[in-house]
Amino acid sequence: MIWQFDLLILALVVICAIATITVRDLLAATVIFGVYSFLMCLLWAEMGAVDVAFTEATVGAGVSTILFIAAIFRTTRRSKD
Amino acid sequence: MKRLQERANTRPAGQGLIIETSVRIMVPFIQLYGLYVIVHGHYSPGGGFQGGVALGASFILLGLAFDLPTTLERMSERSNALLANAGVLIFTGVGAMCAILGGYLLDYSVLTAIIPMAAAEWRSLGIFLVEVGVGLAVMSIMVSLFWDIGSAGQMDEGL
Repeated sequence: MIWQFDLLILALVVICAIATITVRDLLAATVIFGVYSFLMCLLWAEMGAVDVAFTEATVGAGVSTILFIAAIFRTTRRSKD
Repeated sequence: MKRLQERANTRPAGQGLIIETSVRIMVPFIQLYGLYVIVHGHYSPGGGFQGGVALGASFILLGLAFDLPTTLERMSERSNALLANAGVLIFTGVGAMCAILGGYLLDYSVLTAIIPMAAAEWRSLGIFLVEVGVGLAVMSIMVSLFWDIGSAGQMDEGL
């Protein structure tokens, strides 16, 4: 464990998490959520939990991002702002 | 090659020959990697779940780059459902077999009554069988999730 590396990734994770819930566009939020998942994967791998990191990379960043995008394609924009 | 050229002339805007060709090259390697992760699950990080997700992601990638009927050519809905149920059956079957033979659930060492091997070897082989089951089930469920969310059950164009 290198604490500087930990701190850097953790800061990026917090930034991505805040950006995900504050950004207005659903597609942008999904893409930032994918970035969040990859950073969490890096954090798990850095802390020695390789198995959890692997799961996070495949499920969190890979499949769930695609499923979110597929769900967004089914939505319609009701407000005209 | 002729099929690719025909597709290039008839495809709607937004889909590219570069994407389709690179996906066509990438998919076998992703599937090989998924199989490797499943088979090496009991030695190294990874296992049935992660390998199954990687296998399913290869089909999802095909569906994204082409359309859903292309993935249906590779794996029909019927065989997908069969694979999902076969995976769950392998998992619960191995677990229940251990319980029927007098051990605990998923205690593979009692399976020596069926095929005589050392208990340690059966523990290694048993976790491998369970992971194959998990991988099959997870792959099929991931693919069918994408099919149903991506096309609302219509199986026409996809995303």
